[in-house]
Amino acid sequence: MSNINLLIDVVLLTMLVLTTIAIVRLDSLFAIVMLTGVFSLLAANIFVVLDAVDVAFTEAAVGAGISTVLMLATIGITGYEQKRRRKISWIAPLTVVMITGAVLVYGTLDMPAFTDPTAPIHQHVAPRFINESPTEVGIPNMVTSVLASYRGYDTMGEVIVVFAALIGVLSLLGIRRNTEEYEYSEPPARPVLQVMSKFLIPFIILFALYVQFHGDFGPGGGFQAGVIFAVAIILYALTFSQQDAMDLVPPKLLKILASLGVLIYGGTGVVSMLKGGNFLDYNVLAHDPIHGQHYGILVIEFGVGLTVACVMMLIFFAFISRGDKNP
Amino acid sequence: MNFIIDALSWGCLLLGSFLGISGAIGIFSFKEFYSRVQAASVTDTLCVFFIMLGLILQSGFNLVSVKLIIAVGLLWLTGPLATHALVRSAYLTGLKPKLSITRKESAKRGKS
Repeated sequence: MSNINLLIDVVLLTMLVLTTIAIVRLDSLFAIVMLTGVFSLLAANIFVVLDAVDVAFTEAAVGAGISTVLMLATIGITGYEQKRRRKISWIAPLTVVMITGAVLVYGTLDMPAFTDPTAPIHQHVAPRFINESPTEVGIPNMVTSVLASYRGYDTMGEVIVVFAALIGVLSLLGIRRNTEEYEYSEPPARPVLQVMSKFLIPFIILFALYVQFHGDFGPGGGFQAGVIFAVAIILYALTFSQQDAMDLVPPKLLKILASLGVLIYGGTGVVSMLKGGNFLDYNVLAHDPIHGQHYGILVIEFGVGLTVACVMMLIFFAFISRGDKNP
Repeated sequence: MNFIIDALSWGCLLLGSFLGISGAIGIFSFKEFYSRVQAASVTDTLCVFFIMLGLILQSGFNLVSVKLIIAVGLLWLTGPLATHALVRSAYLTGLKPKLSITRKESAKRGKS
């Protein structure tokens, strides 16, 4: 059994390395974006082999799914081919890379061996999380309880980073509403794609909601659900037109909802403070601590999902509204 | 009974693997874009079906097999759709299929 696991590991890691080499050597940006998607999918497989299902889910949804779409939208602005740079000597970059690599390898010498049970990461707080989570938080998926309850501060930081990325994109690019252009640049009708995406979109949204509210019990949570939800709308925008999607979910509303998600997260913390606990201490939210934890996790996961979904859609709109410079 | 089910499932798995491999060979041996897509997509669709059928026979009728059936349905819907989108955008961006004979010649042949 361990032999076959080793074989799977070796095959996946080899494919990772091959993908990386192909990414470095190719000139076509389109192919590179596709290969980064492949890279993420391989990484997700490795996470599954390592039994980190939640991480694998996130990697597949974010890395292979939405970031590929966003990169493709970016390519629409930049063009498909890498620009030829003037030739520079390869000695200096190679030296820098070699030195950095050597330092990193030297740094790993101090680390405990892989799968060493006495490593500090397995001794510090992990045993407490594993032993206390069923009684303190009481939800089956321990990853969610660590992410949303024990490490609530970190997750809030992540949500704020996502939100800050949105602010950056919007202040740099903004969303253009091109109204008159659509007279002649009406995309050709695509009956097969439109019918099929109409059929698939409800299921994608249903799956997103399932992932959102099932995060306490199985792999999933706000980040994955938000991305999947955004993908449904992006599919609509791609198969119909950008204008249709913007009429469906107006960017103004999305901006409000994205801020609202962060507000819900932070507000939960403030409410728990007002009720006499610490910031993001869900124990005080209900009559007994376990219920309080459940409510708190549900609410903040909803905030995360709302923010992530709205931010992804807005960034996509911002990219795609710059127009496609390729023929 | 067990032996028959095992044999059937192994047959399905092997057939599915054969289709998958032949699709991969087709991608590399055909020289032209549309033939390559054809080789990959047609074999893939059936390959998924046979491999899933083999796995369903292995697992027996339970929640896993129902999930597998749903997965087959999803892949049958999305796989050909993805192929359609790929070929469509390739054709619209101006990649014309290379035919060994032109359309006019084939029309003539049909008449005579």
